[in-house]
Amino acid sequence: MADSPSAEQSTKTKAWNDPAIRAIVFQVLAALGVVLFFYYIINNALTNMEARGITTGFGFLDNPAGFGIIQSLVEYDETYSYGRTFVVGLLNTILVSVLGIIIASIMGLVIGIARLSSNWLVAKLATAFIEIFRNIPLLLQIFFWYFAVLRTLPAARDSVTLGESFFLNNRGFYVPKPVTEDGFGWVWLALLAGIIGSIVLARVSRLRQTETGIPLPVFLPSLGMILGLPLIIFLLLGAPLSFDYPVLQRFNFQGGVAIIPELMALLLALSIYTAAFIAEVVRSGIEAVPKGQTEASSALGLSNGQRLRLIIVPQALRVIIPPLTNQYLNLTKNSSLATAIGYPDLVSVFAGTTLNQTGQAVEIIFMTMAVYLTLSLLTSALMNWYNNRIALVER
Amino acid sequence: MSAFKPLPDLPPPANTVGPIGWARSNLFNGPVNSVLTLFALYLMYLALDWFITWGLINADWFGESREACTSGGACWVFVTARITQFTYGFYPEDLIWRVDIVFALFAACLIWLMVDRSPAKGWVAAFTLFLFPFIAYFLLRGDAFGLESVDTHKWGGLMLTLIIAVVGIVASLPIGILLALGRRSDMPFIRSVCIVYIEFWRGVPLITVLFMASVMLPLFMSEGVEFDKLARAMIGVVMFQSAYMAEVVRGGLQAIPKGQYEAAQALGLSYWKMMGLIILPQALKLMIPGIVNTFIALFKDTSLVLIIGLFDLLAIVQSALNDPKWLGYSVEGYLFVGFVFWAFCFGMSRYSMRLERKLNTGHR
Amino acid sequence: MKKFSLPVVAVTGLLSVSGLSNAGTLEDVKKNGVLQCGVGTGLPGFSIADEKGNWTGLDVDVCRAVAAAVLGDATKVKYTPLNAKERFTALQSGEVDVLPRNTTWTLTRDASLGLNFTGVNYYDGQGFLVSKGLGVKSAKELDGAAVCIQAGTTTELNLADYFRANGMKYQPVVFDTSDQTVKGFEAGRCDVLTSDQSQLYALRIKLAKPDDAVVLPEVISKEPLGPVVRQGDDAWFNIVKWSLFAMIDAEEQGLTSANVDDMKAKGTPASNRLLGVEGGMGATLGLSDDWAYQIIKQVGNYGESFERNVGQSSPLKIERGLNALWTKGGLQYAPPIR
Repeated sequence: MADSPSAEQSTKTKAWNDPAIRAIVFQVLAALGVVLFFYYIINNALTNMEARGITTGFGFLDNPAGFGIIQSLVEYDETYSYGRTFVVGLLNTILVSVLGIIIASIMGLVIGIARLSSNWLVAKLATAFIEIFRNIPLLLQIFFWYFAVLRTLPAARDSVTLGESFFLNNRGFYVPKPVTEDGFGWVWLALLAGIIGSIVLARVSRLRQTETGIPLPVFLPSLGMILGLPLIIFLLLGAPLSFDYPVLQRFNFQGGVAIIPELMALLLALSIYTAAFIAEVVRSGIEAVPKGQTEASSALGLSNGQRLRLIIVPQALRVIIPPLTNQYLNLTKNSSLATAIGYPDLVSVFAGTTLNQTGQAVEIIFMTMAVYLTLSLLTSALMNWYNNRIALVER
Repeated sequence: MSAFKPLPDLPPPANTVGPIGWARSNLFNGPVNSVLTLFALYLMYLALDWFITWGLINADWFGESREACTSGGACWVFVTARITQFTYGFYPEDLIWRVDIVFALFAACLIWLMVDRSPAKGWVAAFTLFLFPFIAYFLLRGDAFGLESVDTHKWGGLMLTLIIAVVGIVASLPIGILLALGRRSDMPFIRSVCIVYIEFWRGVPLITVLFMASVMLPLFMSEGVEFDKLARAMIGVVMFQSAYMAEVVRGGLQAIPKGQYEAAQALGLSYWKMMGLIILPQALKLMIPGIVNTFIALFKDTSLVLIIGLFDLLAIVQSALNDPKWLGYSVEGYLFVGFVFWAFCFGMSRYSMRLERKLNTGHR
Repeated sequence: MKKFSLPVVAVTGLLSVSGLSNAGTLEDVKKNGVLQCGVGTGLPGFSIADEKGNWTGLDVDVCRAVAAAVLGDATKVKYTPLNAKERFTALQSGEVDVLPRNTTWTLTRDASLGLNFTGVNYYDGQGFLVSKGLGVKSAKELDGAAVCIQAGTTTELNLADYFRANGMKYQPVVFDTSDQTVKGFEAGRCDVLTSDQSQLYALRIKLAKPDDAVVLPEVISKEPLGPVVRQGDDAWFNIVKWSLFAMIDAEEQGLTSANVDDMKAKGTPASNRLLGVEGGMGATLGLSDDWAYQIIKQVGNYGESFERNVGQSSPLKIERGLNALWTKGGLQYAPPIR
């Protein structure tokens, strides 16, 4: 049968040797496995919960919570529902994540650049910083700041004060709270107008540069529009802003904005820990830009600033963005360690106290996980979009 | 006629060589750098001065109780007096030798594997991966072969930290390999299941995973099947870790040139033979640094088990700090834990960097 | 399937899974020869482990009594320290068989968590601990104070109710364990520590200077604390319930661990029934007839347990108060054993 056509041979292949058929069988088996697995899990969960008389369903979200929360970005007191505690926790998580990301980015950038400094000592110190803080568990760092450092601050009566309006003690950092009065809305409008104006200016400038090669001055006029415009309006309206100063009452300071020590400890730990990682990301990003690029841009006669802004940073960013996204996501997820020191984040308030008061573990853990998953997917989607936009377009 | 004899070279200017020259070019080149250097020196002085006088010179090292701390500096007595508890948790004191054997055996295996020229590496690796876990389990847990049973709730301290981290990494490696292969598979269903699994676990914080393992897992099991707390935590850690491991393995697989796959297929190897004989052996070697880095991350993350009430190194020190007899030594306690974790993680990261350099040669 | 079950299988192989059947807690405990008991993470007088890991306390005595009744040996107990958050799930999941852990009996807990309270081993009420320096004489003066509380307790809810009812404001500073609340209070993170009064006394002796803190007179809630078991296992429920009653009944009859052998020999009708000389009371519970004798011999009666752990012979020095026998003006009352 040496001369039989190959097509015939392939039809003779046994069914279990045909990759296509095998693939289908495998997948059907896998699908069955997954379905069975989830059936097993869900069935067990339902039977167990019923057998043990555990209430199920999301009805509990409408019940009054009945416990207080120390920090809330939206209106909250004990009369609000469990659903509201979810929102409060979520907002607190977002608050600490956003603040943490901002601080960690700045610190990471500075330390990353310091690590590449031509100054030997500075470079070594930056390296030491990175190696120390990224090799110690974050939870330990949180404990350290909270229990070992912030606990040593003075009591409310002996606060460290700054100009009789800023107070630092073991109950937190108290700052005056700006209170907007009538007409302040115009200032916001002016700010908005300023931002739109600068975007338009940047666009026009870029168009002109592509056409004539000469850019318009952008930086100073934009600064003027964004800061100056609202300031002028603000002064014209007669400064419609007052401050609510923190005042020492019988027990604590009242009024003003209080940054509670739990938040401070968490922020410190999160930003320092993440900054150590970001510094490495920044360093590898900068090192990834070949030296020839610097030389070529100097040869073209670009100024130092132009070289950084137009040549180095855009190329370094391309390397930096993906790992940086990961670090931002890690920071957000790590903020859940708040529960260890009682900062009222999502895990602490909702998957902690609320879970405990209602006993509905499955629903609550499910909701909590869904939130982090959504945050993660959203952030990575956003960063992917940005990454695609700045990615190298190969022609 | 005498030959031309050049004068001997003059030495370079004194301020460009030697310590002074070095300092000039590395520390004081320009006003900005000089200021930075002085500032950095000042910072170092502040930190080191405090640490050396407080932590070393004025410190008390040994004793029985806090009365031994009289010098006004650090009270390391807190750590030295309880070092057994910090290492072994509540493990019965007369049985500690069993833990020591496990530690020694594990260390011996690791050193054997890390030394470049040791013979029979394959056998040792197989022993470490397959036989050692059982030996370790029976030695630690007891309850068989005439060994006295030691319940897992008595495990704690550094020992528990190491156990969770090692189990997490060893168990998640095979799962990670399967997931990574699945993610690169041509079969759409398998691929999507693997992607969903990986992205799900990577998207949620470990602490919620641990909560889930400790609170929800019992509900998912049918009546009568139950795990103790440690086993549940480990299941959570392994599920979480295998997703990260899968990404490391995927990276390794992607680094293998396509030609290798094609050559293997041309030789008529089946999928599993191709993977098992050609691709994975090459890829695994490339993955070792990644695996070590994941291990470092996991090692640090094990401290989170304290939130679900297991007594790892951090938790046991934390609870010792609450002892009324030892109130007020939190700085010493945290520095000690920090140092232990740091030493492990830093050591491993150096090792992984060394490996990376060693392995890099053939592939660039 | 493969992906999910692998770790499970691996761990199953590694750590023995006790293949508990549906037979019921009593059979399981007898089969394993050990009682799994959930206790607090370290509360002097109620459940605390010494440096060698030996547990003592009023709650611990409930564990020991049940073990003595079921297994005839009060030491055959495996203690699982649980914080407030994890206690109910540990019980629901079967990790522990009985949970005597300072747990307040409330309707919601009884009805919606799948749990049953077997009785009350300590009648408590919530109070406040403040440092003397503040000069506070009454809880009504606490407007604006920062309050340290333990997460996931009824205390958290009572506190909110109390402050709202009195039109006062407060800052809740929430910690996971009672140890941390003390640390927080001591470090000045909060002005007031609130908890059940018994706990306040217990926690106060953990302070560096216990005399600098006072417990305010107000008791703002009823906190009947009792052992909890899983719902749906009535035989087990009865055993735990009657183990506690046996201790109280023994005190009523004047039986102590010291004199129980003599009393058994003398024998009044009531003590004969209790000690299993006659009547076959143990068999109706599924236990041996000397169940109560074992409890009294090994653990003692309720009064002994109280004095030893929280009363005058302990550092806590709490008065019997509500926890005195009903014959002495308290609330402890055991239904007749007959």
